[in-house]
Amino acid sequence: MVGILEDKDRIFTNLYGFHDWGLEGAKQRGCWNATKDILSYGAEWIITNVKNSGLRGRGGAGFSTGLKWSFMPKEVKDRPHYLVVNADESEPGTCKDREIMRHDPHLLIEGCLIASFAMQAHACYIYLRGEYVQERERMEAAVKQAYEAKLIGKNNIHGWDFDVYIHHGAGAYICGEETALLESLEGKKGQPRLKPPFPAGSGLYGCPTTVNNVESIAVVGTILRRGAAWFASFGAPNNTGTKLFCVSGHVNKPCNIEEAMSIPFRQLIEDHCGGIRGGWDNLKAVIPGGSSVPMITAEQCENLPMDFDTLRNLKSGLGTAAVIVMDKSTDLIRAIARLSYFYKHESCGQCTPCREGTGWMWRVMERMVKGDADPSEIDTLLEVTTQIEGHTICALGDAAAWPIQGLIRHFRPEIEERIALYRSRKSNFAGHTMAAE
Amino acid sequence: MSVRRLAKEQPASFTFSAETLEKANWWIAKYPESRRQSAVIPILWLVQKQEGWVSEPAITAIAKLLGMPQIRVFEVATFYTMFMLEPVGSAALIQVCGTTPCMLRGSDALIKVCKDKIGPKDKLSADGKFTWQEVECLGACCNAPMAQINDYYYEDLTPENLAQIIDDFAAGKSPKPGPYNGRHTSEPLGGVTSLTDPKLYDGSAAKKIKIPNAPGTEAPKPEVKA
Repeated sequence: MVGILEDKDRIFTNLYGFHDWGLEGAKQRGCWNATKDILSYGAEWIITNVKNSGLRGRGGAGFSTGLKWSFMPKEVKDRPHYLVVNADESEPGTCKDREIMRHDPHLLIEGCLIASFAMQAHACYIYLRGEYVQERERMEAAVKQAYEAKLIGKNNIHGWDFDVYIHHGAGAYICGEETALLESLEGKKGQPRLKPPFPAGSGLYGCPTTVNNVESIAVVGTILRRGAAWFASFGAPNNTGTKLFCVSGHVNKPCNIEEAMSIPFRQLIEDHCGGIRGGWDNLKAVIPGGSSVPMITAEQCENLPMDFDTLRNLKSGLGTAAVIVMDKSTDLIRAIARLSYFYKHESCGQCTPCREGTGWMWRVMERMVKGDADPSEIDTLLEVTTQIEGHTICALGDAAAWPIQGLIRHFRPEIEERIALYRSRKSNFAGHTMAAE
Repeated sequence: MSVRRLAKEQPASFTFSAETLEKANWWIAKYPESRRQSAVIPILWLVQKQEGWVSEPAITAIAKLLGMPQIRVFEVATFYTMFMLEPVGSAALIQVCGTTPCMLRGSDALIKVCKDKIGPKDKLSADGKFTWQEVECLGACCNAPMAQINDYYYEDLTPENLAQIIDDFAAGKSPKPGPYNGRHTSEPLGGVTSLTDPKLYDGSAAKKIKIPNAPGTEAPKPEVKA
């Protein structure tokens, strides 16, 4: 058998869009089946079962989805509750939510209804990144189908008045941060809010709000249909379920694939992605969870279960399960310098350490690519990353710092070699140039 | 951060087309009555679809429509990088993804094609037909390298494909979006490794089911591994 997960246990049965994305096709594949029964068991039952399934948020942080839902106020008072779905998929390497939205949109809409009911929200906004035009058109069409079939809307067949609205951004990575997303949804610049108050207390329009990733919401219907125990039977303890992996970079066949959590890295790559370009021994490094997590080395990838806890113990992370593979031909310093440029470009400018630091780190990284630096600057750079990390309102500062830390942790000799080579080619090298400008 | 300013040369006025205004009102209706400002990004986008770019008079008109201070619309227009603050190519706006996953799969070569065929980045080409930019991750990394052209994604590109696509746009054609290496979407090239079981699609999943551990049933307690 290829991989670990069997077809009968896959949630996203139209991942590649070979079948009808519309309502009829979705129903044939099991979507919207017994949704009314699920709602009839009550909010508490839903939340308990989502908790029991062990589902951890699929947007990167890996926080228990059921637990997050339970933070919402138990009763609706003067302010309405909102569910906001984070479909601002922009973490470099990540392209899974896109496939859900354009090929299995009804799983997402059904999940929105169930989650909103569990949190007593009558309205849900799905915030797509602006670039996803096709995905937005598809979502709008699917929402229209759901309204026409009275699956959602006022007086729908499920007995819970519920509206879904599609919203979109306009090209800002930072809007993937939940409070920046809320600011953006309110029609402002996407600058993260100071927490507390947390969105569950005061989120969209100052009302109790929960923000969840597309994949976290889209799996809920199937989890409840098949039972928490079914979902919890995949993966290692505390890392349960099935997961969409986005494998990009130097593999023979880059692809999205739904697999069991904790699948060994090598099996994931060899069974589904045609192996590493040039063979397993040609592997150099892997960014296992989207650009924000530190890279790991080829040696660490032997017998590596792909899950939250294992990768965290390697000082990296599963993040969004966006696996960026780099073979021995890769200029790792340049690969990371390009990410530094990304974070410099995407910093919202609110906090000084990030606004100034991301630019500074990028300029130093660009010199490191050429080797035009002093070896002592590697330590200076590392020191600066620790001054940015943890000193900003949101995690973008951390995300900019970690890839550089990962590079220096594992491939410091490569940077030193580059510097030595640069110097050896220059006659009369006259000391070092300073980094800051 | 990227520094973005309005164009030096601005048109004298801006008017919403009937179609834009209708769509704008459709967007406004999605939000609570006192929260019209929420529609600012979608409406800026509609205006860009109408005019090709976002001008100062358009910003003023949007502020009026939504009842917000002009500076707030200005802030939004300059913060979000999808808003073009200068006129762009009439045939195509080409946005090549240059972030690491695409870089690893050869976006440098795509960028070179754009430079050679169109000219320097972020500048309108001499014939006014094209603008190209290097943009940050577009979220189609399994189909790298790729570019967004006007609204849609052109994926799994080679320099030859991209050159042909540019030629087609120049000739007034509309080349087909999607992968250019024979794939359907983001499945493994040459054949899927999953989702082949016909039972998934024969309607058996739509049959009436009993939900496990429903309240009141004697279902076994879910085995929690946490």
